[in-house]
Amino acid sequence: MNFSPAPLHIPDGFLNLVISLVFWAATIIMVGLAVSKTNKTLGDKQIPLMGVMAAFIFAAQMLNFPVAGGTSGHFLGGALAAIVLGPWAGILVMTAVVTVQALLFQDGGLLVMGANIFNMGILTAVIGFGLYRMVAGQKRGLRLAVAGIAAWLATMAAALLTALQLWLSGTTRLEIVVPAMLGVHALIGIGEALITVAAIAFIEQTRPDLLTEEKSTSGGGRGWVVAGLVVTILAVLISPLASANPDGLERVAEDIGFLDTGQDAPFQILPDYTIPVLGETGLSTIVAGVVGALVVFGLLILVGRNLRRKSPTD
Amino acid sequence: MHAHAFDQYQAQNSRIHRLDPRVKLLIAVGYILSNALLPDGSWAAFALAWLALLVATDLSQLGLAFTLKRSVVALPFALVAVSAIFSPVGEPLAEWDLGFVTLAPTDVGVIRFFSILVRSWLSVQMAILLVATTQFPDLIHAFEHLRVPRSLTTIIAFLYRYLFVLVDEVYRMLRARDARSAGLPGQKHGGKLLWRVKVTGSMAGQLFLRSYERSERIYNAMVSRGYTGHFRTLNPHDLNRRDWQVLILALVLIAMIQVTGRL
Repeated sequence: MNFSPAPLHIPDGFLNLVISLVFWAATIIMVGLAVSKTNKTLGDKQIPLMGVMAAFIFAAQMLNFPVAGGTSGHFLGGALAAIVLGPWAGILVMTAVVTVQALLFQDGGLLVMGANIFNMGILTAVIGFGLYRMVAGQKRGLRLAVAGIAAWLATMAAALLTALQLWLSGTTRLEIVVPAMLGVHALIGIGEALITVAAIAFIEQTRPDLLTEEKSTSGGGRGWVVAGLVVTILAVLISPLASANPDGLERVAEDIGFLDTGQDAPFQILPDYTIPVLGETGLSTIVAGVVGALVVFGLLILVGRNLRRKSPTD
Repeated sequence: MHAHAFDQYQAQNSRIHRLDPRVKLLIAVGYILSNALLPDGSWAAFALAWLALLVATDLSQLGLAFTLKRSVVALPFALVAVSAIFSPVGEPLAEWDLGFVTLAPTDVGVIRFFSILVRSWLSVQMAILLVATTQFPDLIHAFEHLRVPRSLTTIIAFLYRYLFVLVDEVYRMLRARDARSAGLPGQKHGGKLLWRVKVTGSMAGQLFLRSYERSERIYNAMVSRGYTGHFRTLNPHDLNRRDWQVLILALVLIAMIQVTGRL
């Protein structure tokens, strides 16, 4: 069978260590939260369900439809998984999918797996579920439309974040990678959106009990709506800035001290974090990475606590 | 039915195959980490890392070219790094006027581009060697020993187990779709794009429902056979002296590669 690597699966070697570690930290936090959440609310029975659902996403990615000129539309599935199974279960399912893709097919690397899971599993779940949760219980047409928009936006946001990670790693130029990634994924995202809508419509017709209002609202609290909206707005604000005015974003990054354009790529996002004793060695890089990771850890724990407090199910 | 198309494991009884999966996983991740740490243009260290990889491949009795042949999967992604050639820092090597934009490859940029390529190429080969010499269930078991949450490893184990089943299901659905939308070669057949999308979406929905209902049957069958929430393995995993020796040797080797890269 032919299995072509999708442009969202970053291989090893394309992200620098600091970015890889920071996104590993973020992913570990979110997946850890997802594990404890699903353990609490779903129990034993849910494990086989999520495993088979992960296999479903994997297999569904093989469904394609001819578009034109030899190209075909594909399906990624992150938003659909989060909408149908709830955000936490969706995150676990996509984590398993990305892990197996990296291990079995080398579709995506091991050191960068944290970033890949974050882009394709967590970001898509936040946007997909967050936006869909907003219209849970509304009219069918509206819900389907929002599901489609959410699927498209989730694909675009994943592409944007991938592009930004590559740029921050010093692997590629911002003014090239952002328009290229967004351009390709604007089309892929349309296919994603259409299949997601058609699949949800089909499931609603055949097994309406799987997609009731209580089911969607019990999957995650109102905090998800806020998170989904915030992330979406961020993505919508950054994309035009990055593609139309890359110098602007680079300027901003430079002013904040994010970007130390040049050769010592590993230090780019923590340029001021120089450890005099260690100097510019690998050890110093690791320490910088760990510090960055701890910062993200802290932020996410705060966000996670907040989400938990706001959710009415607890 | 299609299991062989997916499973990357190559049965052999080599030293590498017999190593504890935890040791193999740690060495592979350490190696990839080491590649990421090497500075741009440290060709001697890259060469040493490649040599280490070749030795490991040779020990695994899979043939020296084994990982090489499969390493092309990551190649398309190299396109992304091409723009690194035109780095704003460094001495320009040439200037190409394309009309709307002037491109100037620089020495720093070219070194960076090839370093990214080599790093990625070496790392991919190490990952290929890992899954070719380790059975997937053992690999999952290694994750468990390394404190990955059990519910996650169990989900991955289920994914691996039912992947083949569901892929067969997809093949059946695709065959059914083809059989129902037959047409003469070269002539337009099938409906409009929107119709095609609707059909594909319904297939995804159908596949979802079949998977969902299958998972319920699986769970019931497993519970009735005594499933307690986790899997057991028949392969005992004990780190013996040889495992420790290999682990330490590999770490020393990685340290040597790092030192070479910084000389």
